[in-house]
Amino acid sequence: MNVLVCISHVPDTTSKINFVENNTKFNTGGVQYIINPNDEFGLTRAIWLKEKQGAQIHVVHVGSAMADPTLRKCLAIGADKAFRIDTPAIDGGAVAKELAAFVTANSYDLIIAGRESIDYNGAMVPGMLAGLLDIPFIPNCVGLEINGNEAVAEREMDGGREKLKGTLPIVIGGQKGLVEESDLKIPNMRGIMQARQKPFEVIAPQQASAATQDVLYEKPAPKADVKLVPADDIDQLIELLHKEANVI
Amino acid sequence: MSVLLFAETENNTLKRNAAEVASYAAALAKSLNTNSLAVAFNADNAQDLGQYGISKVYNIINAPEQFDANVYAHALSQYISNTNATHIVVSSSADAKFLAPLLAAKNNAAYVPNAVALPNKLEPLTVKRTAYTNKAFVHTELDAEINIIGVGNNSFGTVEQFVDCVVENDSPEHTASNLDQVSMSKETGKATIADADVVVSGGRGLKGPENWHLIEDLADVLNAATACSKPVSDMGWRSHDEHVGQTGKPVSTNLYIAIGISGAIQHLAGVNASKVKVVINNDPEAPFFKAADYGIVGDAFEVVPALTEKLKAFKAQS
Repeated sequence: MNVLVCISHVPDTTSKINFVENNTKFNTGGVQYIINPNDEFGLTRAIWLKEKQGAQIHVVHVGSAMADPTLRKCLAIGADKAFRIDTPAIDGGAVAKELAAFVTANSYDLIIAGRESIDYNGAMVPGMLAGLLDIPFIPNCVGLEINGNEAVAEREMDGGREKLKGTLPIVIGGQKGLVEESDLKIPNMRGIMQARQKPFEVIAPQQASAATQDVLYEKPAPKADVKLVPADDIDQLIELLHKEANVI
Repeated sequence: MSVLLFAETENNTLKRNAAEVASYAAALAKSLNTNSLAVAFNADNAQDLGQYGISKVYNIINAPEQFDANVYAHALSQYISNTNATHIVVSSSADAKFLAPLLAAKNNAAYVPNAVALPNKLEPLTVKRTAYTNKAFVHTELDAEINIIGVGNNSFGTVEQFVDCVVENDSPEHTASNLDQVSMSKETGKATIADADVVVSGGRGLKGPENWHLIEDLADVLNAATACSKPVSDMGWRSHDEHVGQTGKPVSTNLYIAIGISGAIQHLAGVNASKVKVVINNDPEAPFFKAADYGIVGDAFEVVPALTEKLKAFKAQS
């Protein structure tokens, strides 16, 4: 089985979010980048499939060389080969088109991406990729089994869960639940050394066009200080929620 | 040119979020000087969209009983082309986020989710949306013949505006599904984190699952959904389905009440799109107080039952 895991390279959750050049660019200064957490749950499930059922795992990223350490980490924790499509990721649509061309040129049974990236939160690349390839797609995926040429996956929906099955190839939007946080792998020295020998290809883009463009960033207005209410004056809290905040 | 919205249904009835999406679509259509149309699937009360300014609803009466993103996206695509729709409005529900990327790919459309307001410019179409897990906003230009906007939950609100609404019941041909449902589990009759106006959430400060009646009783009074922090779901006190935060469900509700939750950055990232946040915690240094609008420093085991009782009395009066 050939598995492709799509990797987004994102600022660590604790990063300071600031913008430069008149608020048109993200300030990467001092920012620690990580594998997008939702992608890491998917990669870890892919490694589990490799160990239990046998699979080749490729990882792919659309973007600049800035992400190379992130891709090396994917190799160090168990992916077999990394690809970087060398073009700036302008929007989800353009990334999906680059990935669709890559998947068409190669051959994958299972494509796992994260539910959403924690920087743009678009949750659109995996679905667009499936739409472009005209193959099944299951988002918000909290469980995944592969039996022969069939995938059985569970998605979280509003107020419940739905278990779906589809024929491979299929696209999965993964998240926590595919594996637990305690299953995530920390690269060990042996993995890091092996990763240096593993194939890493930088490939030319399709120059897919983007349909959207981010033109200006804005930070939320500074928040007013919390209004503390004494623990023995609950009536005051109710009054504030009713009259001032207008939420009850 | 027209504005077309996808009105979601559940058990043959419009979902609550349809009102907000319809209000947004009607306001957008007004600014574009065009009309707003809706497509609904198996909606017995489709004409209710007239309360929110929608003059025409195509109600697909032969749709699969369960939401099927691929089948629905194919059907919607037919209406997009038949009505020359240029602006498509959807919600930010799990189903809408499932469907919209498929719809965008099929129609070569531009798609922007998590919009927090009407477009601030129509030429080029520019929409403000959340980014960096609610730590920033970004203004995004959409430049395609068909542009899809996903409205963030509770970001626009509902605007009543009665118009005559014509419902056309249709039975189009559907594409075959590419997924089979194996099973579904859904809590019925309970407010969901995605849909509720109020979410009451508990953390480690509650000391154990046996104390969750405090959360549930308060939620009952407020008709709220219940949620929990990551440690609580990790320890198995509550199901992962209730876990809210960066790796759990996002919350963007009108009122979020956090009880015994310290407010780790990952938790705050997932919930701070909520309009009003109330924190009850016995630790005055808990980081959540910095992100909250109202707070009580006190023992949850005393404050919460008292709050529940007082709210009961308040609700009975009003």
